[in-house]
Amino acid sequence: MQTKRTLFRSKTLPYLLILPQMAVTIIFFLWPAAQAVRQSFLREDAFGFKTTFVWFDNYTQLFSDPTYENSLRVTVVFAIGVAVLSLVSALVLALAVDRTIRSSQVYTTLLVWPYAVAPAVAGILWWFMFNPTIGILPYLLSFVGYHWDHSLSGFDAMILVIIASSWKQISYNFLFFVAGLQAIPKSLVEAAAIDGAGPYKRFFTIIFPLLSPTTFFLLVINTVYAMFDTFAVIHATTQGGPAQATNTLVYKVFQDGFIGLNIGSSATQSVVLMIIVIALTFIQFRWIERNVQY
Amino acid sequence: MAAISLRDVRKNYGATEVIHGVSLDVTDGEFIVIVGPSGCGKSTLLRMVAGLEPITAGTIEIGGRVVNDLEPRERDIAMVFQNYALYPHMSVYDNMAYGLKIAGLSKQAIRERVDVAATMLELKPYLDRKPRALSGGQRQRVAMGRALVRQPAAFLFDEPLSNLDAKLRVQMRLEIKSMQRKVETTSLYVTHDQVEAMTLADRLVVMNAGNAEQIDTPLNVYRQPATTFVAGFIGSPAMNMMAATVAANGRGLELDSGGSVKPRDTALAETGRKVLLGIRPEHLSLVQELNADLKLAVVAVETLGADTLAHGHLADSRGAGGDLVVRLPGTSPVKPGDVLPLAVEPGMAHLFDRETGKRIEA
Repeated sequence: MQTKRTLFRSKTLPYLLILPQMAVTIIFFLWPAAQAVRQSFLREDAFGFKTTFVWFDNYTQLFSDPTYENSLRVTVVFAIGVAVLSLVSALVLALAVDRTIRSSQVYTTLLVWPYAVAPAVAGILWWFMFNPTIGILPYLLSFVGYHWDHSLSGFDAMILVIIASSWKQISYNFLFFVAGLQAIPKSLVEAAAIDGAGPYKRFFTIIFPLLSPTTFFLLVINTVYAMFDTFAVIHATTQGGPAQATNTLVYKVFQDGFIGLNIGSSATQSVVLMIIVIALTFIQFRWIERNVQY
Repeated sequence: MAAISLRDVRKNYGATEVIHGVSLDVTDGEFIVIVGPSGCGKSTLLRMVAGLEPITAGTIEIGGRVVNDLEPRERDIAMVFQNYALYPHMSVYDNMAYGLKIAGLSKQAIRERVDVAATMLELKPYLDRKPRALSGGQRQRVAMGRALVRQPAAFLFDEPLSNLDAKLRVQMRLEIKSMQRKVETTSLYVTHDQVEAMTLADRLVVMNAGNAEQIDTPLNVYRQPATTFVAGFIGSPAMNMMAATVAANGRGLELDSGGSVKPRDTALAETGRKVLLGIRPEHLSLVQELNADLKLAVVAVETLGADTLAHGHLADSRGAGGDLVVRLPGTSPVKPGDVLPLAVEPGMAHLFDRETGKRIEA
C-alpha cells in the first residue's frame, strides 16, 4: 500500500497537530480502560467505605458464576441471530435493488433510513409492535394460534431483541452489499448465463463467492454490533429479562455495575469484553486484509 | 455448428429504435465480422443473438431453430467478451470447465475437452492459476478456451482484442482466425477496428446508426462500397469525397469547388445529377502535367516510411470543399507548397448519389 508522506521542517508541529486526537483517545478511551482494569482487581463494599485489592478474585468468581455463563450463551445466540437475520435480509434486499435500474436510488434511500433511527427509539418501536396487549404482531400471531408474550417467554423475548437489533443493522449491511454487487462486472453474470447457469446457479457459483469478502467483513462488523452496540435496544425492550433470557454481556455489565453496584465484577466483565473486541478487531484486520483479494 | 439467420431484426429502447431491421444469413462455418463506429448498434445486435438483450421485432434463427424467446443457455452459443469476463475466483481449469460441469458432463469427459483446448491454446502450464496471475494475452486465450470446450453451434466475439496492446492484437488476430478455421464453427465477431474486420472476415457487415449498410466480402466492400458511409469507414486514410455535378456532353464532372474531372473507365450518371465523387488516396498517382486529372496543392506531408501521405486541397479550388489526401510511394520527394499533377487510376473512381449517399452503378 502506498502511503502519503509529508515532511515537516519543525520538530514540534507534527506532535502539536496530533495532540487533539491523542487527548481525546487518552481521556475518553485509555484512561477509562485503565480505570476498568484497575477496578477489576479491587473489591469495594456497597457504601464505598472500604476498597481492598483482591488480585484475580473477581475473575475467578466471574467465571464460576452460572449467570455469567448464561449471559455468555445468550450473547452467542443473540449475536448469531442478529448477524444471520440482518445479513440474509440485507442481501435479499440488495439483490432486489440490483435488478432494478431506474428506481434503485429511491429504494436505497428508503432502505437506509432505519440506520438513522436511534437504537432506543428502534427498541420502543418494536416493543410497541410486539406488545402483548396492544401490539399488532401478537394480534396477528394469535390467528395462527401462537400466544406471544415476551415478558413471560424467554424465547419470545430473544426473538424480539434479535428483530429489533437486526432491523437497524440491515440498512448498513444493505449499503455494503449493494456496493459489492455493483462492483461485480455484469459480463461475468452474462458469461455464466451463456455457460448455461440458471439464476440460482449464477448466484451461488459466481455472485456469492465474489461477495464473500464483503460478507466476511460484515459478519465481523455485525458480531461486534450485536455484542456491544445493542445495549439501548435491550434496555428499551426487555431489560435483560425475563429470567435473564436476554441478558447479554454488555447489558450485564450495566446491571451488575449500576444497579447491583458490584463495581469490581462489572469492571472485570468490561475487561473481558474489551479483550473480545480486541480479538475480533484483530481477526478482522488480519484476515480481511489478507483474504479479500481474488 | 449451425447456420444463423437474422430476419428484419429490430430493437427498441422505449420509443427509440436503435436497430432498424437487420437481415443476415450466415452459412455454417462462416466467419462474419460486424464492423462500425461506436454506438452503431453492432454490440447490441450481437447481444441479441446471444440472448442478453430481448428482440423487439423480427426473428433470429440458430441452426434452423427460432431462438427469440430462448434463454442464452438454451441457444447453444459461446461468447468471448471484451473484458474476457473470466471468473476471478476460479482457476483457469475451472473457468473452462464451468459450462461443462453445468451441462452435466462426466469428470473424465470434462478433463479431456479442457485438455484438448488447453493444448491448442498453449494454456497447459497455467491451468492451476487464477486469472489475475495471467497476462492480457493469456486471459484472452482462456476466454477463447472457455468458448471452445463447449463445442457450441456458434461463437460470438464482442470486441475481444480491444484490451490488448497493438502487437499482441495482431498475434491474437491470427490465432483467432486459425482457430476458427480449425474448428469450423460459425462465428460472429464485432469490432470497430477495420483492419481486424478486413483480415478476419469471410464476409463483412458494415453497420451505421442501426442499419446494415453493406454485407459483402471484405474485398468487395473495399472495391465497391455501397454507400458513402462504407466508403469513408473502410480504408485508411478515408476515401476523398468531392461534391460534383455530371456535366453535359460527356465532359466529365464539374467539381463544386471548381474545375472538372473526367475519370477513365467510369460510367457517369445522367447529365445534371448531383453526385459525390469518391477516390481513395491510394488510387491517385503522380503523372506528367499533361495527363493530370487533378492538381493538388500540398499543405502537409506525413512520412510513414512505406508510404507518404500528402494532404492538401485542389489547386483550382475556390474556397472550401476541395480537401484531398494522396498516398504516394515512400520515396516521393514531396514538400508543402508543391503542386502535384495527379491522375485517377482507371475504374477507381466511385460515384454516389448526393441525396441518398448510395452508390451509383453503371
